[in-house]
Amino acid sequence: MLAFIGRRLLVAIPTILLISVFVFLLQQLLPGDPILAMAGEERDPATIEFLREKYGLNDPLPVQYFKWIGGVIQGDLGISLRTNQPVSELLLQKLPVTIQLAVMALIFAVVIGVPAGILSAVKKGTVVDYAANVVALSGLSIPNFWLGIMLILLVSVKWGLLPASGYTPPGEDLVRSITTMLMPAFVLGTALAATLMRHTRSAMLGVLKSDYVRTARAKGLYERRVILRHAFRNALVPIVTLTALLFGELVAGAVLTEQIFTIPGFGKLVVDAVFNRDYAVVQGIVLCTAVGFIVMNLLADAAYFALNPRLRKS
Amino acid sequence: MAHVSDPATADSVLDAKPENRVWKKFRSHRSAMLGVFLVAFFVIIAVAAPILPIQDPTATSWSAVRAAPSAAHPFGTDEIGRDVLSRLIWGAQASLMAGVVSVAIALCFGVPLGIAAGYFGGWTDTVISRCTEALLAAPFLILAIALAAFLGPSLGNAMIAIGLSATPIFIRLTRGQVIAVAAEDYVESAHAIGLPTRKILTRYIFPNVLPPVLVQATLTVATAIIAEASLSFLGLGQQPPAPSWGSMLNTAKNFLNQAPWMALWPGIAIFLVVLGFNLLGDGLRDALDPRET
Repeated sequence: MLAFIGRRLLVAIPTILLISVFVFLLQQLLPGDPILAMAGEERDPATIEFLREKYGLNDPLPVQYFKWIGGVIQGDLGISLRTNQPVSELLLQKLPVTIQLAVMALIFAVVIGVPAGILSAVKKGTVVDYAANVVALSGLSIPNFWLGIMLILLVSVKWGLLPASGYTPPGEDLVRSITTMLMPAFVLGTALAATLMRHTRSAMLGVLKSDYVRTARAKGLYERRVILRHAFRNALVPIVTLTALLFGELVAGAVLTEQIFTIPGFGKLVVDAVFNRDYAVVQGIVLCTAVGFIVMNLLADAAYFALNPRLRKS
Repeated sequence: MAHVSDPATADSVLDAKPENRVWKKFRSHRSAMLGVFLVAFFVIIAVAAPILPIQDPTATSWSAVRAAPSAAHPFGTDEIGRDVLSRLIWGAQASLMAGVVSVAIALCFGVPLGIAAGYFGGWTDTVISRCTEALLAAPFLILAIALAAFLGPSLGNAMIAIGLSATPIFIRLTRGQVIAVAAEDYVESAHAIGLPTRKILTRYIFPNVLPPVLVQATLTVATAIIAEASLSFLGLGQQPPAPSWGSMLNTAKNFLNQAPWMALWPGIAIFLVVLGFNLLGDGLRDALDPRET
């Protein structure tokens, strides 16, 4: 198992390096010159030159890249041109907020998606199955930022049940923190629930046809026990790995969700950075999410390994 | 599948042709037909927008600011008195165009690169596949946001950003498909009789790679439309005053209390057109799947 993970790690390193090259090259696409913006109205040549030297913009590209990646490896993602804060510090500040949102969204997604998938596989071809599929496809087709706006309109504006925006750290007031996050997490969770439901359904359909399920039924076990103990346990393997791969959707969805509910997380940070032309922050975020995705992939592989006894032996 | 229901076309000779079989299967797929209807509806209103009897989508009216739906403005007006219905209809152009153009960009880069990686193997494959993997690691929308941000906000740049972000999906799909097809006997015999590579690629590989790519392209149009709406919602797509569903929602969220209709319709429009493409893609996949015939 360790050897397997080690091998996967080795393969991941060149991928991460390649991503870093892409991310670095992004700034070459930039139309405007952030230094000109920083130099202010007078655009004093000496100031511009000083700033260029300070941020290393006079070096040739490969030198700039190696300087940058050397820093990145040591956790230095550069300095935000806007706030003058280190980018890594900014990211660490915002990360817990987005993680709270993502975890709550994932809970919604699993609680809705997995049972719906099991039910629709067990009742394949019935009204229940059909309805679950329609709901799932709708969930995939609804833009989640619109769903967020509609929920704000209903739940906050019309009924006044939940706050429409903002964020309270859980350490400050746990109950308030959870209630404020409830609606955003639900919005982010629905699209994932739809994907999860489809995966669960197809995994369950595959397992329900297998011999051991037939054997379990032939032994006269209760149907409930057959489905949960024998079938679902085996269907769990693909479901868990696929859940880990939903990470990308989760992060991308968080950008929009945080924008609608004005939650000061990762997604809000990237959007603000984009409008402020704070490209060190944008680069840091793209790099972080890509590395996060690769780590989730590795975890998914590890989970696949751990959950599948046949693989463990070989 | 019951062919008997339609005796006029259930001609055995016609049935033998795979295109006819696929078409028949597709046509009997109820949800796919709903998809066709939805997509066709939006294409028609988008194309017909200039000749429809609607108001100018950018004409402002200070006497009808945020007016509730009425006979004059069936879907109400927005914060500067523009007709929501006509903006919605013109917005269909931006959405559909973004969906189709960005997928076309992804296909133009993705399919040739995928064929090259799958067919030539070796170093070509290693380089292309490694780059694809790296690009796939960055979430689709984050990549599109970053690209749109660095390229500058406009509908054209949003399409480029979405297209480039979707390219790796097509590279990977095409590559896998080519590897499977290249191992088939008929390709090997084409090699054996000494056909040039170009001929093998265009005559044998490409047509067999096409069906799954077509399915994926249809589903990606749906994703691309949502992505364009998301970018426009963030202010990185279509720029005002030109109408786009995403930017309409962006403004609408500031007037939820006073003018909820501004937020309702653009969302429903996005939902329906995306649902249409998703149903169409699912239907195509079922119809083109040879295992289920």
